[in-house]
Amino acid sequence: MSTELGRVRGLGSAKEGAHHWWTQRVTAVGNLLLVLWFVISLLRLPSMDYAVVISWLAAPLPAVLMALLVINVCWHFRLGLQVVIEDYVHGGSRIIALGLLHIWTFGMGAFALYAIFKIAFTGTH
Amino acid sequence: MAEKRARPLSPHLQVYKWGPHMTVSILNRMMGVGLATVGTLVLVWWLMALASGEETYKGFMACVTGCYYFGYVVAIGLTFAFFFHLCAGVRHFVMDAGAGFELDANKLWAWMTLIIAALLTAGTWLIVLGKAL
Repeated sequence: MSTELGRVRGLGSAKEGAHHWWTQRVTAVGNLLLVLWFVISLLRLPSMDYAVVISWLAAPLPAVLMALLVINVCWHFRLGLQVVIEDYVHGGSRIIALGLLHIWTFGMGAFALYAIFKIAFTGTH
Repeated sequence: MAEKRARPLSPHLQVYKWGPHMTVSILNRMMGVGLATVGTLVLVWWLMALASGEETYKGFMACVTGCYYFGYVVAIGLTFAFFFHLCAGVRHFVMDAGAGFELDANKLWAWMTLIIAALLTAGTWLIVLGKAL
């Protein structure tokens, strides 16, 4: 036996409740802050020249925030595009589309993180 | 197995009167998909060009600022997509809290989502162009 509230809190038939929906909101707030920070930071740079951008990105705070931005953005669009695919793609193609989304998310995330860490560890600040 | 019959469907878009909330809703989805594909690609390309050294980065910048302003069109498009997705997301937070469903308020903030996003995009690019002059 469980109460109505207990049933709602845990878990419907999929046993995960509103986790997907909630994570979408949490990462949305993260993106709001991180991408705004990114846009404002770029606007504050004197130019987009190589030395200027490297010197900015090689500093500890921008490097860590950029890494967080990449993880958060990838997480957010992984959840969002999953819903889009589930709405419009049916049958076997849906499985393929979701697989491609997975590869895109982790692939792009990996390249971005590699680039950020390489600049952070070898760039001159 | 039982023969498949067409199941009754709930009323969809064609039975409703058009409203700005519909435009904002589907635009939000399209902007999200655009940011996730084109936006991610440009961000990773930019970061990898930076990590690959000055020559590669110069090639990236030449490609983005050359090509008959195509790069600027993409960049301005991505800026608008970001600000629109941001504004529509904030609108959704309000609606998630159960507010803003009255017809007039809903219509007003659907339009405001578009207008604020356009203004933020214009402001951002005025700063960019102002620095270039």
